[in-house]
Amino acid sequence: MKLELSGITKTFGSLVADDHVDLTVEPGEIHALLGENGAGKTTLMNVLFGLMHPDSGDIALDGEVVHFPDPGAAVRHGIGMVHQHFMLVPVFTVAENVVLGFEPTRHFGLLDRRRARADIHRISQEFGLEVDPDALVEDLPVGVQQRVEILKALSRDAQLLILDEPTSVLTPNETEALFAIMRSLVVSGRSILFITHKLKEVLAVADRITVMRAGAVIGTTTSQATTESELASMMVGRSVELVVHKEPARPGEVVLAVEDLTVEDARGLTVVDHVSFEVRGGEILALAGVQGNGQTEIEEALCGLIEVAAGRITLLGRDITRATPKARLRAGIAHVPEDRIRDGLVTSMTIADNLILDVFDVAPHARLGARNLREVACSGKERMSDFDIRAGSVDVLVSTLSGGNQQKVIVARELSRQTTLLVAAQPTRGLDVGSIEYVHRRIVEVRDRGAAVVIISSELDEVLALGDRIAVIYRGAIMDVVGPSVGRERIGLLMAGVTGDGAASSQTGVETGQ
Amino acid sequence: MSDTGFTVPAAAPPASTSPVKANAPRGWSRFFHWMVEANVVMVTALAIFSGLFVGAVLIIATQANVLHAWSLLFSHPGTTVSVTFFTVGDAYRDLFTGSLGDPFVIGHAIATGHGWGQALTPLSETLLYASPLCVAGLAVGLGFRTGMFNIGGQGQLIAGAMAASYVGFEIDPPAIIHVPLCILAGFAGGAVAGFIPGFLKARTGAHEVIVTIMLNYVFLNLLVLALTTQPFQQPHQANAVGRTIFGSAELPHIFGQNLRVNVGVFIAIACALGVSWLLRRGTLGFGFRVVGANQDAAKVAGINVRRATILVLVISGGLAGLAGMISLCGSDYFLSAGYGGTVGFDCITVALLGRNRPIGIVLGSLLFAALNVGGRYMQASTGIPLDLASVIQAIIVFFVATPGLVNEVYRLRGMNVGQGLLTRGWAA
Ligand SMILES: Nc1ncnc2c1ncn2[C@@H]1O[C@H](COP(=O)(O)OP(=O)(O)OP(=O)(O)O)[C@@H](O)[C@H]1O
Ligand SMILES: [Mg+2]
Repeated sequence: MKLELSGITKTFGSLVADDHVDLTVEPGEIHALLGENGAGKTTLMNVLFGLMHPDSGDIALDGEVVHFPDPGAAVRHGIGMVHQHFMLVPVFTVAENVVLGFEPTRHFGLLDRRRARADIHRISQEFGLEVDPDALVEDLPVGVQQRVEILKALSRDAQLLILDEPTSVLTPNETEALFAIMRSLVVSGRSILFITHKLKEVLAVADRITVMRAGAVIGTTTSQATTESELASMMVGRSVELVVHKEPARPGEVVLAVEDLTVEDARGLTVVDHVSFEVRGGEILALAGVQGNGQTEIEEALCGLIEVAAGRITLLGRDITRATPKARLRAGIAHVPEDRIRDGLVTSMTIADNLILDVFDVAPHARLGARNLREVACSGKERMSDFDIRAGSVDVLVSTLSGGNQQKVIVARELSRQTTLLVAAQPTRGLDVGSIEYVHRRIVEVRDRGAAVVIISSELDEVLALGDRIAVIYRGAIMDVVGPSVGRERIGLLMAGVTGDGAASSQTGVETGQ
Repeated sequence: MSDTGFTVPAAAPPASTSPVKANAPRGWSRFFHWMVEANVVMVTALAIFSGLFVGAVLIIATQANVLHAWSLLFSHPGTTVSVTFFTVGDAYRDLFTGSLGDPFVIGHAIATGHGWGQALTPLSETLLYASPLCVAGLAVGLGFRTGMFNIGGQGQLIAGAMAASYVGFEIDPPAIIHVPLCILAGFAGGAVAGFIPGFLKARTGAHEVIVTIMLNYVFLNLLVLALTTQPFQQPHQANAVGRTIFGSAELPHIFGQNLRVNVGVFIAIACALGVSWLLRRGTLGFGFRVVGANQDAAKVAGINVRRATILVLVISGGLAGLAGMISLCGSDYFLSAGYGGTVGFDCITVALLGRNRPIGIVLGSLLFAALNVGGRYMQASTGIPLDLASVIQAIIVFFVATPGLVNEVYRLRGMNVGQGLLTRGWAA
C-alpha cells in the first residue's frame, strides 16, 4: 500500500508538533522515521492512525484521500500501529488483548476464546513471537508486552504497519527476529513505517529514511547513501559523539556490597539466585543481560521495592537489606526505574512536580511541611534546560510529553541529586542520540564525583560504553564479570548463557555462573 | 548535508529549539487561567441555566393553574403566556428571596436602619445550611483528589456529632474552652470513623467504597443504640433523643440571637483554606496526590503508601465529623435518630459540583444550600413542592458533572470540556 502524507500540521495550543509534514511510503518499503525527542514523530503517527485529527493536511492511501475519524477506520483501511507506550488492558489475558475490538464471537456474542487462542498461536508461530495466550498482561515483563502489541497489529492483517519505537524494549535476538518479520512482510507488498532512535537498526533494515526536527521534515535519504554519524547530526543539528569519552575508573572504597542475594517471585520461583557483587565508589558496574533474567529484581531489591528471600545488601558498610525505599533514598541511592510510566512518573502531574517526586519534602523544595513552589519551579526550569527537556513550560503535564522527554524528566531528577549509589535501569531507553550522549556524560560525571554506579541495560552498546566492569546475568545468576575490552561477541554469548570456554551450557548456566 | 543522499525540502527549520509556549501564569491569574481553561464558569452557568429551565418546564407541567392556562392556548394565548410567566416568575422569585433575601426588605432596612433581622434571615439560614455541607464536601473532595472514594460521610458525620455532643453535655467549662473542645471532639470522632476504612485498605486492600458504605449503617444504628441508653439518652425520655448540650458548647451566633448563622461559617472557611493549602502547598497533600495518582511511582519515590492511605481517610473522616459537630453545636443542640439526614450524601454532590476543588466546594455548598432554603420558602408561599428544588439541584449537578454533555447541548466550540471530573476510576 502506498501512503502519502501531505502538508500535515498538528498543533497543541501554541506548540506546533508537526509543521506541514510531507511523507511518502511506497508499497513494499520499510521506511524509517528518525528525529529527536519531541520532533513530532509519534504525533504524526497518531494523526495517521486516526487517534488525533490534523489541523490541516491530507492522508492518501494508494492515491485516494482518506479521513480517519477514529483508529477503527484506520484499521479498516489496513493500517496497524504498535504504540510507543503500550495500549494494552493490564487485567486482560494476552488472547483477550489481541482480539480486543475485533473479537471472534460465538452465539449470543460470547467471546470465542478457543478461536482467539488458536489465532494467536498461529500468528506467533508464523512470526516466531512466543507468548502465552492465557497470561495476564500485567504479569508480563515489558519486552513480552511489546510482543503482544506486535501480535495484535499483525492479527488485523495490516497492509501498512506503524511501529513506534518497537525495538527499545526488545532484546537483540528479538530485534533480529522482528526485522526478519518486517522483511518478510514487505515482500508481500505491505509497507512499514518504523520509528527508532537506534541508527544501526535504521541502516540495517530501512529502505528509505526520513529525518524530522522540530516538527518539520529535514530530508529523506536511503540507507545506502548515508552513515550513522551523518544521520545523527541531521537529527540533532550538530555533530554528535556516538561513544562517550571517559577516563579509566579510579575505584575507591566499596560502596555497595551484595552478598548471596536471593529473590523469589510471587509463585516462589527463584528469580535471583545467590548473587554477590561489589561496586566501589568511582566505578560503573554494568549488569548486562537479556530482559527477564533477574536484573529487574536485583534493581528492585537494591531500592527496597521487593522482599528479599535471603542475602545481604550493604551500603557503605551499613546493612540496608530491610530498609525502606525512603531510608535508601535519604542514604543517597538514586534510582532510574525501568518502567518509566509505571514507576518513574506521575503523568497527571506537572514536569516541575515530577522533577522533585522523591525529594519533594526536603529542603530546598519544602520547609516545615510546606512546599516552596517558587523553588520547585525554579529548579525545575534549570533542570529542563540542563537536560534539554522539550516542553512549553515546567507547568506542562508529563502526560503530554514525548516519550523521550518523559525519560529525560526521570533522568534529570535522579542525576541532579547528591548520590552515593546510582541504580539506573535502561537509563537511555527511548532517547535520541544527542540525549544519549548527554545522559552518558552525566552518568560518567556521577561516577567521577565518587559515587558507585550500577547500570542495568540490555543494550550492548550502552553496556560497553559505560561499564568499567560488566557483570553478565543469565537466569538469575551472574555468569561472569568481565572488562569492556572482551568484546561484543563474548558478552553476547554470556548473555545467552554460554560460558567462556564456548561450551553450550544453557542448562547448567546457573550452577557454573558463580 | 549538501552532497549526500538527502533530498532537502525547501524550508528546513533552523537547529533544534522546539517552539515554546508563553510562560504559565501564577497566583490569581493562574486560578483564573484554570477556570477559563477548564471552562468552569461557562459550564457551571449553563448547568444552572439548564436546571432552572427544566424546573420551569416542570412547574408548567405540574401546576394546575398553568396547565389550565395552556388549555386556553388557542382561545386566549395572552392568558397562557401571562399565567405561565407569572407562575414560573413567582416561583423563582421566591426561590431567590427565600435564600438570599428580598431586595425590597433589604432596601428598607438600609433606608431606615430597622428590620435588619428580617432582611438577613434568608441569607443567615442559607449560610447555616451551607456550613456543614461545605465541610463535609471538603471531606469528600479531599478524598477524590487523592484517589480515595470516601462514601462514608454519613457515618463519619454521625461519629463526629456523637463525640461533640458527648463533650457538649458531659462537661460544662466556659465557652472559650468548651467550644474548642467540641471542635476537637467532632474532628476526632470522624477521624476514628475514617481510620477504620483507611487501616483496612492499607493492611488488607479492602476497598474503601465498600467499607465506608457499610460503616454508614454501623454508625446509623450505633447512634440509635446510644440514644436509647445512657449517657446519651435525654433523661425522662422514651424516644431516641439525645441530651441537649450545655449553652457553653453552642457555637456563638455571629449577628446576635435572632440570626442563627454562627461561627460554623468561619470553621467552614478555615477548613476550605486548610484543604486548599494542604493540596497545593503541603508536602503531606503532595504525597497524598502522588499516591492517589500512581501508587507504584509513589512507592519508588519513597512515599509510605499505607501511611498516606490511612492519613487521607483520617483527615477526610475528621472533616466529615467536624461537619456533624457544626450542625450539632450550631443549630440542633441534641442528637436524634438518623442524625445528619442527607448531608452525608449531599456532600458528595457538593464535591462533584465544586469539581473537588475547595473554592468550588464552597460555592457549590452555597448553591446547594440556597436551593434548599429558598425551595422551602417557595413551597410555603406558592405551594410548589420542595421536590422541585431538588430536581433543579439534581439537574445542575448532572450537567456540571458531565461537561461533555453541556458541550453537546450548547455546542461550545474549541472548549476543553471533554475531561471528566474524576481523574481515576473506581478501582483506585
Ligand atoms: N496531547 C498533547 N498535548 C500537548 N502537547 C503534546 C501532546 N502530545 C504531544 N505533545 C507535544 O508535541 C511534541 C511532539 O511530541 P511527539 O510525541 O510527537 O514526539 P516524538 O517525536 O514522538 O518524540 P520521542 O522520540 O521522544 O518519542 C512534544 O513537544 C510534545 O510535548
Ligand atoms: Mg514518540
